[in-house]
Amino acid sequence: MPDIRVRGFAGGINSPNPFWLASAPPTNCGEQIMRAFDAGWGGAVWKTIGEPVTNVCSRYSSTDWQGQRMMGFNNIELISDRSVEINLREMAEVKKCYPHHAIVASLMVESTREAWHDIVVRAEDAGADGLELNFGCPHGMSERGMGSAVGQVPEYTQMITEWVKEKARTPVLVKLTPNISDIRTVARAARRGGADGLSAINTINSITGIDLDTLTPRPDVDGKSSHGGYCGPAVKPIALAMVQQIMSDPEAALPLSGIGGIGSWSDAAEFILLGAGTVQVCTAAMHYGYRIVEDMAEGLENWMRSKHFATLEEFRGLSLPHVTEWKHLNLNYKIVAHIDEQKCIGCDLCHIACWDGAHQCIHMDRVTGPVNGHVELHPTPAMIEARSRRSITSTPVTRKERALVAESHGPYPTPLSRIPRVDETECVGCNLCALVCPVDECITMVRVDNGLAAETWEQRTRGATCPEMSMMPDSNRHFDHSAEKRD
Amino acid sequence: MSTATLPFDSELLERFTELKAPLTPQAAVIEANRCLNCFDAPCTAACPTHIDVPGFIKRIASGNLRGSANRILDANILGGSCSRACPVEVLCEGACVMHRYNRDPIQIALLQRHAMDAFHAAHFDVLTAPPATLDLKVACIGAGPASLACAAEVVRRGAHATIIERRLLPGGLNTYGVAEYKLRAAESLREVDMIRRMGVEFRFGAGIESAEELIALESEFDYIFLGVGLGAMQRLNIPGEEQKGVINALELIADYKTGHIREISGTAVVVGAGNTAIDAANAARRLGAETVYLLYRREESDIAAFDFEYEHAKQEGVQFLWRRQPVAIRTEQNGRLLLDTVQVQQMDGALLPVPDSEFTIVCDLVVPAIGQSPLTQLIQDSRRIDVRGGRIVADPITGQTRNPRYFAGGDCVNGGREVVDAVADGKRSALAMIAASEVQYA
Repeated sequence: MPDIRVRGFAGGINSPNPFWLASAPPTNCGEQIMRAFDAGWGGAVWKTIGEPVTNVCSRYSSTDWQGQRMMGFNNIELISDRSVEINLREMAEVKKCYPHHAIVASLMVESTREAWHDIVVRAEDAGADGLELNFGCPHGMSERGMGSAVGQVPEYTQMITEWVKEKARTPVLVKLTPNISDIRTVARAARRGGADGLSAINTINSITGIDLDTLTPRPDVDGKSSHGGYCGPAVKPIALAMVQQIMSDPEAALPLSGIGGIGSWSDAAEFILLGAGTVQVCTAAMHYGYRIVEDMAEGLENWMRSKHFATLEEFRGLSLPHVTEWKHLNLNYKIVAHIDEQKCIGCDLCHIACWDGAHQCIHMDRVTGPVNGHVELHPTPAMIEARSRRSITSTPVTRKERALVAESHGPYPTPLSRIPRVDETECVGCNLCALVCPVDECITMVRVDNGLAAETWEQRTRGATCPEMSMMPDSNRHFDHSAEKRD
Repeated sequence: MSTATLPFDSELLERFTELKAPLTPQAAVIEANRCLNCFDAPCTAACPTHIDVPGFIKRIASGNLRGSANRILDANILGGSCSRACPVEVLCEGACVMHRYNRDPIQIALLQRHAMDAFHAAHFDVLTAPPATLDLKVACIGAGPASLACAAEVVRRGAHATIIERRLLPGGLNTYGVAEYKLRAAESLREVDMIRRMGVEFRFGAGIESAEELIALESEFDYIFLGVGLGAMQRLNIPGEEQKGVINALELIADYKTGHIREISGTAVVVGAGNTAIDAANAARRLGAETVYLLYRREESDIAAFDFEYEHAKQEGVQFLWRRQPVAIRTEQNGRLLLDTVQVQQMDGALLPVPDSEFTIVCDLVVPAIGQSPLTQLIQDSRRIDVRGGRIVADPITGQTRNPRYFAGGDCVNGGREVVDAVADGKRSALAMIAASEVQYA
C-alpha cells in the first residue's frame, strides 16, 4: 500500500495526504474545514486572515469552452470578511478536533513590522501548523499596498518575510504571484528572507470575458468590472512551468506547495514530479465540492502502486531532469506520423490541420495514388472540397441503392478515399496531426532511424557561446541596408 | 398575392405529435459542440443539396444562429422542411464519422431545424440580388419542392420566376404529402411564404392542361421548369375498387392534413410497403383506427420502406401481413367492407396464389399505396421532351430536357425520391438556366 502521508513539509508540517485546500472560499470558516477534513482533505490553508474587508457582488466569472463549464475561473473576492478573532477562535477549535490534519494560516496585513509580528503570534497561538504569507492576491488588496503589491517587488518580499521570521515558530510559506516577468526573482527573495517554503502559483490577472449585450466585462458589479484572479484547469500549464522554473533554480528552490488548476490525482502527480511536496486545490472543489478528494487520493495511490512508488518522496522531482533548455535538445531525433487505417474514422482533421497549420504532408491520395514530395505536387484542400461539392448525390431509396452504399467500403472501416496518408519524406514530426485526431492511438509518432548520432544546438555551434551573438554580423548588415535605403 | 393558409387545428396537433422534439437552445449548443468539424465532411457529401453541415453547426455552437440559417439556405432553400422530412439515417446522419467512433451520429436534422426555426421565428428574410439584375424570366410548373428551389435560386440571383400551381395551396407534397408528425402543413406554408417574400410570383388554381398553354408560357418566359411530380396513385385493378371506403394513401394524407378527414374508426387495411404506405398506416392509427393491417405481396426483407420507418410503424401498432395480395373488395350488408385476399408465393420470379389460402378481412377502409402512376402524356406529346418509363429525361447536371427551353427536376425526373433530391434538382436547373442565359447574351 503506497504511503501518501506528508511528513515534515517545509521543516515541520504533517498531513495525512498531500491534498490541501487552498486559501479561498472553500476554507472560509471552521465548519467548512471540518467537513473538508471529514471528506478526506489532508490540510487546509485558512482563507486569508487580516483586517476584515467588505466584498462586492457579484464576485466570480468563468471561461466556458465548447459547452464545458469553468475551464477557467476568475474572482474579485478579497480576503476574509470575518474578524481576526472569529477566524482564530474557529481555527483553535478545528485544530483541537483534527490534530493530525494540517492547518496553515494565510495572512495578509498592512506592511509594518508590528502588524506582521502581531498576526504571526496570534495565528500560532491559535494552533496553526504553519503560516502562508499572501503576497499574491492580484486584485483589490494590491491597490492597498498588500498582496501582489508586495509579491511583485523582491525587496518587499524579502523584508516582510524577515519580519515574519523574527517571530514565527512554525514553518513560513511565501505564496508567489505569477503576475511578474520572472517568478524566480521573488522566490529567491523569499528564500533570502528566510522562508521555509513556497506556495505557487497565485491567480493570474484576468478579464474572463465581456457581456456582448451590456458591453460590461464579467463579473458585473453594477455596470462595472475589475481585473480578477484567473485559476482553474486553464492555468495548470502556466503553473507547472513556474513550479519547474523555481524548483530548477538552486537559489530559489524550497519545499513547495503546488497550486494552479489541480483537479485530479494526475494533476497532483505532475506537480509532485516537478518537485512539489504538497498540492493545493480550490477551483475544482468550488466546482464539484469537497468529495473530489476521494478520487484524488485513491487515484494517486493506484498510480503509485502501478509505478512501484512507496512514498511521495520516491517520485518527487523525478521529472525535473527531463526539463532542459532548448539548446540541449537532440536535433537529430526524428519521428514521423503514422495513421492506423483500422482506427481512422475519416474525419480528415489531420489533413486540414497539416495543410493549414503545419507542413502540408498529409494527403488524400490513397485512391488516386500516393505522391510524395513538396506542396506543389498535391491538390489543395480547396480543390478536394470543390470536387466533392460538384458530385451529384441522391437519396438511396431502393434496397439495392442502400446496399450499394453499405458495400462501398474498402478493406478498412472507413472508405479508403477518406483515410489520409502521411508523406514521411516531408513530415517534420511536429505532433499536430496526433493532437487533433479525435481517436486515441490512431495517429502515433514513430521514431525513424536516420543513422545520425545525437547532437544538440549547443554542440553544433560549439565555440559560439550564444546563438544571438553569432547572428550579430547579420543584424548589422540589416542596419547597413536600411541606412543605404535612407540615402 | 399572398399564399393561402390552413386553419389552426389543435386536434390535429394532438393526434400527430412530433416524432422528435426540437432541441432547447442549450441542448443545441451541446450537440453542436460534439461535431468534429470534419474536413470535406461526409455529411455534406451525402446531402443531395450539399449543405455545409459542419459550417452551419459551428455557427450554432458560436451563437451565430442567423449565419447558421443562411449557411443552410445558401445550399437548400427548403432547409426547414428538409430538416423534418429528410430520411437523415440514410443521408447526412448516416454518413457521420461518429458511427465509426462508436458514438451516436451528430443530430444534424435537429440542429438544422433549430437554426431554421430561429430564422423563421425572427421573421428574417433571405437576401437576394436586386430584381432584374439578370434579364431572365423563368416559369416553374408545379409548386412542389423542385419548383420552389428552382424559383428561389433564380430570384436570389436577380432574375424573375413565376410558379404555376393547379392546387390552392403551394408546397406540393411538402404541404399535402409528408406525415404531419414529421412536417406540418403550416410549416411548409411558412417556408413558401419566405420564398414568396424573396420575390417569387405565384399563380394558383392554374393547371397547364394543353399544348396551347405551354406555347403561351414559352412566349412569356425564357425557360420553363417542369416540377410537376408524378401522376395519381396506381390503382389496385381489382373489382370493387371504386366504392366508398377505398381511398389512396396520398389522398388520405392530404385529406387529414387539410382537415377533410378528422377521424377513422374500426379497421383499416393499407396495401403496399413503401414509405408512403407506412405514413398512411401510421396516420390511420393516429386518426383512431383500432386495427391497421399493412398488406404486402412479398417478404418482410423486400419492403421498400426505410428500416426506421418500418420500426416506427411497428411501434404505432400497425400489423403486417406478408405475402398476401388483395383480390376483390365487397360491401357487407351493414356497410362495412370485405377485402378478399390470397396468400402468394414466389415461383420463378412470378407471384402465384397459394391454393386454399383465401381470407377475407372485414374492414372499414382500404388504402392502396402501391406507388404513383407516371405523369400524363401531355408534355411528351407536345413539346419535344423525351419521356422514358414515365419519367422526363433530363440531363442529371443541368436538368435540361431535349427541348433546350425546358428543364425538369424532382419526382417527374427521378421517379419519386425525397424532398431534398427535388430541391437539388431545382437548384441545379436554376443555375444551368442562368448560365445558359449568360452564354446567350455574351
